[in-house]
Amino acid sequence: MSAPVVQAPTTASAPALAPATVAGPVTQARVVRAEWTKLRGLRSTWWCGLSAVVLIVGLGAAIAEGGAPYKVTAANTAAMGISTSLLGLLLAQLMLGVVGVLAFSGEYGTGMIRATLAVVPSRLPVLWAKLIVLAGLVLPVTLLCAVADFFTAAALESARGGSVLTLTEPGVLRTVIGSALYLTVVVIIALALGGLLRKTAAALTVFAAVFFIVPIVVGALPHSIQELARYLPSNAGGALWGNPLSTGTLLSPWTGFAVLCGYAVVLVAAAAWRLRRQDA
Amino acid sequence: MIEIDGLTKRYGDKAAVDGLSFVVEPGVVTGFLGPNGAGKSTTMRLIAGLDRPTSGTVRVNGKHYSGSAAPMAELGILLDARSVHPGLSARNNLLALARTAGIGRRRVDEVIELAGLAEVAGSRAGGFSLGMGQRLGVAAALLGQPRTVVLDEPVNGLDPDGVRWIRLLLKSLADEGRTVFVSSHLMSEMAQTATRLVVLGRGKLITEASVEDFTSRAAAGGGVLVRTPETVRLGQVLAAPGVTVANDGTDVIRVTGATAEQIGAAAWQAHLPVYELTPTHASLEEAFMQVTRDSIEYHAGATR
Repeated sequence: MSAPVVQAPTTASAPALAPATVAGPVTQARVVRAEWTKLRGLRSTWWCGLSAVVLIVGLGAAIAEGGAPYKVTAANTAAMGISTSLLGLLLAQLMLGVVGVLAFSGEYGTGMIRATLAVVPSRLPVLWAKLIVLAGLVLPVTLLCAVADFFTAAALESARGGSVLTLTEPGVLRTVIGSALYLTVVVIIALALGGLLRKTAAALTVFAAVFFIVPIVVGALPHSIQELARYLPSNAGGALWGNPLSTGTLLSPWTGFAVLCGYAVVLVAAAAWRLRRQDA
Repeated sequence: MIEIDGLTKRYGDKAAVDGLSFVVEPGVVTGFLGPNGAGKSTTMRLIAGLDRPTSGTVRVNGKHYSGSAAPMAELGILLDARSVHPGLSARNNLLALARTAGIGRRRVDEVIELAGLAEVAGSRAGGFSLGMGQRLGVAAALLGQPRTVVLDEPVNGLDPDGVRWIRLLLKSLADEGRTVFVSSHLMSEMAQTATRLVVLGRGKLITEASVEDFTSRAAAGGGVLVRTPETVRLGQVLAAPGVTVANDGTDVIRVTGATAEQIGAAAWQAHLPVYELTPTHASLEEAFMQVTRDSIEYHAGATR
């Protein structure tokens, strides 16, 4: 350990001075570094992240390459064309959802949470750090993907004789940036579900049900109930980036996004409550 | 120093720890003994603030642990259940903990070396054997050079070399003035490393003593076996306050409270033949069993 022990053998009764230590105080920034160490050290992060990138950009290119060349008209806006090329988002959100859920439930499943909370006994900094690290990773990566997707799709469409799509047309920039914002909030929701439910299987099931199954089920229900469909997280958030699979009347883009953020805030608060109050 | 006062933890109706009070002093190794299910691990989880006590308090180095500014300087803990991420390498597991206290890679490599994990530091912890997992857990507990070290069953799964390593490690930590609190269900292991003992049974404190006290108590419990055809008369000759004679109907009696020399001399004076005179010592293990007998949660193949 530190210096070799050169003490007289009879020191048992000597008053113990505080022994040397290398440990400093816990700060939020340090916990963020710790969480980044975990996230980047896991293979699942890289595999899921890579799949998400391929799904967004690759599927976008495939969509732009297939079908009839996209012509901008009053009914088919440039923004809608870009939304369609971002369809890979719907699959990418599952990949990123897995990363988000595992970032928390994985610690409960493996037991690492005990080590984590033993070194950060105030606990909440761990949740904030996970949020910061995940959002800080997902937002720039998905933004790059969305921008890459836009330029790929625009180049392919114009090469095939479709309309020239530019970022300055109404709604296009919002769609591109909105898709990254949407995915970031979805990952935060996944993280909160992982922390709230603590079991990977349970959290992933709820996540997949909310984002993939419930929207389909609600679409088959009577019209009076379908009115509520626009408040579902996938449809509310879909309003921002123009999810082409959303049906019925949607909320306005930023209202929809605010509703999605509302879900995230409620779930994060619930996860924080459980983390703080319950035995690990 | 660990101060536990009136500590109780209930899970539903069942009290895992029940009104526990004791103090673990710095500078010596304190053993925490008890049969399986006695509440040792629960107590350790309560010390680390992982579980919230139903009532009572735990203080680590005079403070409530959950409020410490620099937790890793105060407490390092190895829990009995695995608490590493199998998908992370040994080094990343340690580094993730170290970062929270601003501890750098140098110290991480130091504890890896100390725990004998240098060759596998880059491998994922999921592939580790029980013994290597245990070494990794101990490395994590030592990472911050904490003033108080709490280890739950550290020798579990270790080879003889590892067991020796733990023994020396615990002593050197205590010599540095740290508080060392180690649980085990093996009395013999504790007798070699610990100076003080806290014995737990069914969530309650059974005894708190120095290992020396415990050992002498064990020795007194043994008695002398005497084989003689004159069991009744020898019993009468030996009768004195503090001496008990147990006779199970054979020609062997068990005498406690008198030495073999005293018994032999008394028999010779009374002209009683003695064929065999055997001093016995209850082992530490037996003394431990005696102390905890009534509080053992699970009897193997109980015949009650």
